[in-house]
Amino acid sequence: MLDSVATIARVEDILSRHDGMEGALLPILHAIQAEFGHVPQVALPVVAKAMNISRAEAHGVMSFYHDFREEPAGRHVVKLCRAEACQAVGADRVADHAKKVLGLDWHETAKDGSVTLDPIFCLGLCACGPAALIDGKLVGRVDEAKLDSLLEGLK
Amino acid sequence: MKIYLPLDSAAVALGADEIAHAIEKHAHAKGVAVTLVRNGSRGMVWLEPMIEVEGPKGRLAFGPMTLADVPALFGDLSAHPKALGLTEDLPWLKAQTRLTFARVGVIDPLSLDDYKAQGGLSGLTRALTMDKSAIVAEVTASGLRGRGGAGFPTGIKWKTVSEAVADRKYIVCNADEGDSATFADRMLMEGDPFTLIEGMAIAGVACGATKGFVYIRSEYPVAVRVMQDAVAIAQAAGVLGASVLGSGHAFDMEVRVGAGAYVCGEETSLLNSLEGKRGVVRAKPPLPALQGFMGKPTVVNNVISLASIPVIFEKGAEFYKGFGLGRSRGTIPLQIAGNVKHGGLYEIAFGLTLGEIVDTIAGGTASGRPVKAVQVGGPLGAYFPRALFDTPFGYEEFAGKDGLIGHAGLTVFDDSADMLAQARFAMEFCAIESCGKCTPCRIGAVRGVETVDRIAKGDTAAIPLLTDLCATMKAGSLCALGGFTPYPVLSALSHFPDDFNRMKEAAE
Repeated sequence: MLDSVATIARVEDILSRHDGMEGALLPILHAIQAEFGHVPQVALPVVAKAMNISRAEAHGVMSFYHDFREEPAGRHVVKLCRAEACQAVGADRVADHAKKVLGLDWHETAKDGSVTLDPIFCLGLCACGPAALIDGKLVGRVDEAKLDSLLEGLK
Repeated sequence: MKIYLPLDSAAVALGADEIAHAIEKHAHAKGVAVTLVRNGSRGMVWLEPMIEVEGPKGRLAFGPMTLADVPALFGDLSAHPKALGLTEDLPWLKAQTRLTFARVGVIDPLSLDDYKAQGGLSGLTRALTMDKSAIVAEVTASGLRGRGGAGFPTGIKWKTVSEAVADRKYIVCNADEGDSATFADRMLMEGDPFTLIEGMAIAGVACGATKGFVYIRSEYPVAVRVMQDAVAIAQAAGVLGASVLGSGHAFDMEVRVGAGAYVCGEETSLLNSLEGKRGVVRAKPPLPALQGFMGKPTVVNNVISLASIPVIFEKGAEFYKGFGLGRSRGTIPLQIAGNVKHGGLYEIAFGLTLGEIVDTIAGGTASGRPVKAVQVGGPLGAYFPRALFDTPFGYEEFAGKDGLIGHAGLTVFDDSADMLAQARFAMEFCAIESCGKCTPCRIGAVRGVETVDRIAKGDTAAIPLLTDLCATMKAGSLCALGGFTPYPVLSALSHFPDDFNRMKEAAE
């Protein structure tokens, strides 16, 4: 568990780096997530106060966007594209395989915290699908066998 | 030895970074001095990672490269197993009219000198000699229409902002390219970021705006990085800043990153997001051109619209307008995706038929099976059957067939596609991504999934219900998400009725 005093100090440092920026809330939330791996709930009142909005508004913004996590993700994050161009080359099949192998549904994290499975809607790799983003690395033409070896590489 | 290897996301996803590493390792081992330039992609994704070696007659292409093909690069190149010949002679490239993408794949994306050597900044230089109204008139005369999908004349939008009176005005580039099958914005930003910067600077001068934002989706990490670097280089070189190219016009810009909300590709939702709010759609009027970012007059243009501006000023409006058909002027970067033999980016004048694009340029499906449907224009675009393959590629021509060209992405499906499943996905996607403002979109999409599921179970009585629901969504939604989701659903239903007739199957 993160020490909340230390967390708040780091959040305040992030806030000071965004001082004077127009419409700074998204860049701030991105910076917080980059720092902690998620947006700690204890950060929200601090952010809200600095932006002169209510905590509810800050939560409303954060929860609107798929990217921001309330809880830390697994040590590895596997994002599989679910959009049409990838569907046309077997993305649904690959997704079913991933769910079975990992024992996870979308948005779930393994109990041991090893891996999170997320859907993603389009990486712009539509001519070399099915596409995936694994720990920030782009991968194209993912079939079941390639996914297996990629998951093996995470262990 | 000078070698070009794309930094483009598609090339990277197919192993370009590993190839780069191997080239450097082999060069070192062999004691060969290699200059490795990470360029944009030439757009032939089936050949990626495609490398080019500079030779006496031009660049020689090799691809698709694997690690095993690297050592042979240091031997007799004509005998290389992946040799494709001179890049400029490749038929896919030769047949194109590359105006907006002229430099993509050719130059080092982050070399301002390369950019200038290939005609870069001549459009901005010319625009700086013109007054505001003349710049706007040139854009209007070119016939350029919004390439993001809506097709609104760019010059008219600029005129509104240019003539608006305000203490601050903004240029916002919509780089939230969320539609499946579209990647032109990404390729342009990764392969020739200065073109976008130059286009935005011209927009700034024309409209009297001093600040620009590029709102890039977070799913495009490479594009974000290249754009950020390019903006810093342009600032240091005086292309951006207090006096653009020493003209006295101030224009600066900033890169902002989205956060995974598809709806933020809609301009008013994007503006809310940029202001640090929930990406909820705004009612129009007021138009963003009058009350946009922070309530100030704002141009919101797509990447390709803005990136087409420099060539219009470099070569003239008449030159640009000379391409195309009807009211669709200039060129369009087609993005050919899904189950295709030859997928990638193909820039050409408007007017090719859908059949020419799918059968000739794309070469049919990758699976070798017959083409069943082509979704044109992303997740909100209609599914076209082979019977409509004679439709010419143009805004009005596709609208006339109850479709849209959108951002010019085409997803090809073979005969294994289940169109009922595709209709269901369209509704599911709308339900996930709805901003929640309009009830027909927020609730209708959920009911849409349920209704398609009823049809899947053989309940044909639910078909008129689905049609009715689509009519409500179409008429009762503020933006294209709720308003256009009926396109894929209804086109699937009307062109592929057999896929919705599960009764017989269930009875048998």
